[in-house]
Amino acid sequence: MNYPTIFERSRHGRRGLRLVQEVPEATRYIPEGFLRKEPPRLPQVDELTLVRHYTGLSRRQVGVDTTFYPLGSCTMKYNPKLHEEAVRLFADLHPYQDPRTAQGALELMWQLGEYLKALTGMDAITLEPAAGAHGELTGILIIRAYHQDRGEGKERRVVLVPDSAHGSNPATASMAGYEVREVPSGPDGEVDLEALKRELGPHVAAIMLTNPNTLGLFERRILEIARLSKEAGVQLYYDGANLNAIMGWARPGDMGFDVVHLNLHKTFTVPHGGGGPGSGPVGVKAHLAPYLPVPTVERGEEGFHLNFDLPKSIGRVRSFYGNFLALVRAWAYIRTLGLEGLKKAAALSVLNARYLKELLKERGYRIPYDGPCMHEFVAQPPAGFRTLDLAKGLLELGFHPPTVYFPLIVKEALMVEPTETESKETLEAFAEALGELLQKPKEWLEGAPYTTPVRRLDEVRANKQPKLTYFDEG
Amino acid sequence: MDYTPHTEEEIQAMLQRVGAGSLEDLYRHLPQEVLNPQISLPEPLPEWAVLEELKRLAANNKPAFKAFLGGGIRSHHTPPVVQALASRGEFLTAYTPYQPEVSQGVLQAIFEYQTMVAELAGLEVANASMYDGATALAEGVLLALRETGRMRVVVSQGVHPEYREVLQSYLDAVGAELRTWPLREGRTPLGEIPEGTGAVVAQNPNYLGALEDLAPLAEAAHRAGALFVVVADPLSLGVLEPPGAYGADIAVGDGQTLGLPMGFGGPHFGYLATKKAFVRQLPGRLVSETVDVEGRRGYILTLQAREQYIRRAKAKSNITTNAQLTALMGAMYLAALGPEGLKEVALKGVAMAHRLWELLLEIPGVAPFTPKPFFNEFVLRLPRDPQAVRKALAARGFHAATPVPREYGENLALFAATELHREEDLMALAEAMREVLA
Repeated sequence: MNYPTIFERSRHGRRGLRLVQEVPEATRYIPEGFLRKEPPRLPQVDELTLVRHYTGLSRRQVGVDTTFYPLGSCTMKYNPKLHEEAVRLFADLHPYQDPRTAQGALELMWQLGEYLKALTGMDAITLEPAAGAHGELTGILIIRAYHQDRGEGKERRVVLVPDSAHGSNPATASMAGYEVREVPSGPDGEVDLEALKRELGPHVAAIMLTNPNTLGLFERRILEIARLSKEAGVQLYYDGANLNAIMGWARPGDMGFDVVHLNLHKTFTVPHGGGGPGSGPVGVKAHLAPYLPVPTVERGEEGFHLNFDLPKSIGRVRSFYGNFLALVRAWAYIRTLGLEGLKKAAALSVLNARYLKELLKERGYRIPYDGPCMHEFVAQPPAGFRTLDLAKGLLELGFHPPTVYFPLIVKEALMVEPTETESKETLEAFAEALGELLQKPKEWLEGAPYTTPVRRLDEVRANKQPKLTYFDEG
Repeated sequence: MDYTPHTEEEIQAMLQRVGAGSLEDLYRHLPQEVLNPQISLPEPLPEWAVLEELKRLAANNKPAFKAFLGGGIRSHHTPPVVQALASRGEFLTAYTPYQPEVSQGVLQAIFEYQTMVAELAGLEVANASMYDGATALAEGVLLALRETGRMRVVVSQGVHPEYREVLQSYLDAVGAELRTWPLREGRTPLGEIPEGTGAVVAQNPNYLGALEDLAPLAEAAHRAGALFVVVADPLSLGVLEPPGAYGADIAVGDGQTLGLPMGFGGPHFGYLATKKAFVRQLPGRLVSETVDVEGRRGYILTLQAREQYIRRAKAKSNITTNAQLTALMGAMYLAALGPEGLKEVALKGVAMAHRLWELLLEIPGVAPFTPKPFFNEFVLRLPRDPQAVRKALAARGFHAATPVPREYGENLALFAATELHREEDLMALAEAMREVLA
């Protein structure tokens, strides 16, 4: 049976919330010509129907709160309930209220900026970007402004990314008007230094790296990469998607990175919310600080204020001051854990990944780049098994699958990031399930899942004849 | 407190299994020069003390509930039913719905959101959300430039100044040119659209709160071969003619006004609606209805070849994380109110704004600036610096008089009213203004 849409639950004339007692007459204020001729076809439901509809939908959805969710590079750790209470304390602040009446909010932003600078080894920071990819764009625009300011803007037109990079890296470089060139990984899964040397030169603006990389491996030659890029006048960009592995243990700033973006919705427990909202602060070394987006939050003699006076700024990348309520959550997380707690969380994320990797090897899964993994690793199923089928089989056994078919340099990839908040027995049960799937008949795997709210969906039809709204007739 | 479940015995057993002697050992292959840096962070606190510290910070803020500040963000009622439903862990802690069989909740909610946004905008499709109104505008304009193959944009000064700043940053990135048309008497004048323009942008109600008849501009844009992009407050679309009806090809805006907490500016969500003909140029996620192997209706992410994780450098945008949960709250709000409820909330704000206008204009030295007809926000010229007025009002317990940037004129301040305001609230603000300006 189909689960009804909210539009199918709608009955003409039915009312839910009424927020206004005396309804004003529109034409008293607005000339007829500006008014809507046809009301929007919004649902007309009572409040209980609304509650049943969305509660029912939530039961057709898994999250970290219900299920082990080991998506590689996504850091699906537990999102503390404390944080949901914390944000309510700051809900009623308007971005344009007098900053003297928002000193607590500005102080929290300033403090969080200091914590993040300390954790990344950077000199200055912006909290404005709304997501990781938004932080990437901000960071690359800062680098661009820096090169332009030095008169090298025209010449430096290439951004280098490893072939194992997140798709957002090349997409960001393109959005900032750069040509993207891929650097191959070496046989150990790390950046091939010789290949990198061949690509480096006065035409290169930046190298975008994730460390640990998407294979879960720490780039051990990072200091050499930083030296080479510095010699070539190239800025080194740190994609913070995988910072969880090294929080407190090592800092991008000490490795020689010039720019860092963080994903507060990965490393610092802002809930993913089914796809967002997140937050992507960007830290920079001192030479790039003049180019940060406006406004920055600063502490002065009369308290905290917003500084709009950055003549070399790249401008604004978002309205107001970023996803402030996400910042409150990250602040609460850092204050709860402290440095030792963050280091322990990082180390246990690594321990969980290494332990799970061993369990999977035992059950016949292959590890194409079997170095000392950090918080995640990439596995392959034994010959004859398709990753897609195993992922769908996992759904039937009550687990959310890992990231699949990424990174692109590994065929049939299963990219597993358990995170530190999962217990030993959960990891064992997951490995058990992946082992069990290898014993299933091929037909069972190809048909899975069976008992989920829906089974495999017709993706081709959705692409060829997309139906994008309820009223869309194709 | 670190939220990890491991007992000391488990840690030892696991270390042994992976061949490490200690947690430090897990990092021994990192360059020694970078390992274990000196980092100064505050000592960890128990849960109650974290809350205590947050309450101390919050006490240094004056909440702006019932604020009269505007600029596209307003103090509205957040229905508890929306808050409660959006707080469900399944919605809160899910990732992007890449595994549709166990993500029908989020996928169907997005599909319904897309439907509601398209209905409000009077257009055919909407994507799953953008970060905010300003980036939705920037991405909408980039869409228009891709579609037309042009690199010039005309924007009315009636578009929110911060949105124009963000647009400028995004256009600088791709090397496109942005020309701003100054307002004339508070509205966008009809002018000559320069050759090679790919997008013409206006806002309705505009930044000053004035209603604009944009049909002639839409026609002019189309004659010049450009797409017409409209920024519109979604709440206003419960009452006003939708952008699609007067020729918009793309409509964008910020969803905060749909009952979302102001949150000092975010997170809210940006909406982006357009015509079906441009769907393959849309940035961001998109959900389609389809069927499963048993013929049951289901929902799935579609046309993913537009997105960064498939197309990498050739993607339509780098957007990945969007604003799904806040967009879901917007959809819940729309469903909770329905067309009538939405219209009533919008009209109440309009009526109260007009009443406030009357009251404030009775004060000596205050002059009108926004031309009528206006919606639920308006700009006045004050006899004093609006920063000082805002400060003095705040000292009296009122959040009002948003300073308007100088590009629009001297001593201008923006006011807004919403469904939360009663006659006595307006009178009290007027009284305070009278004192402040005396």
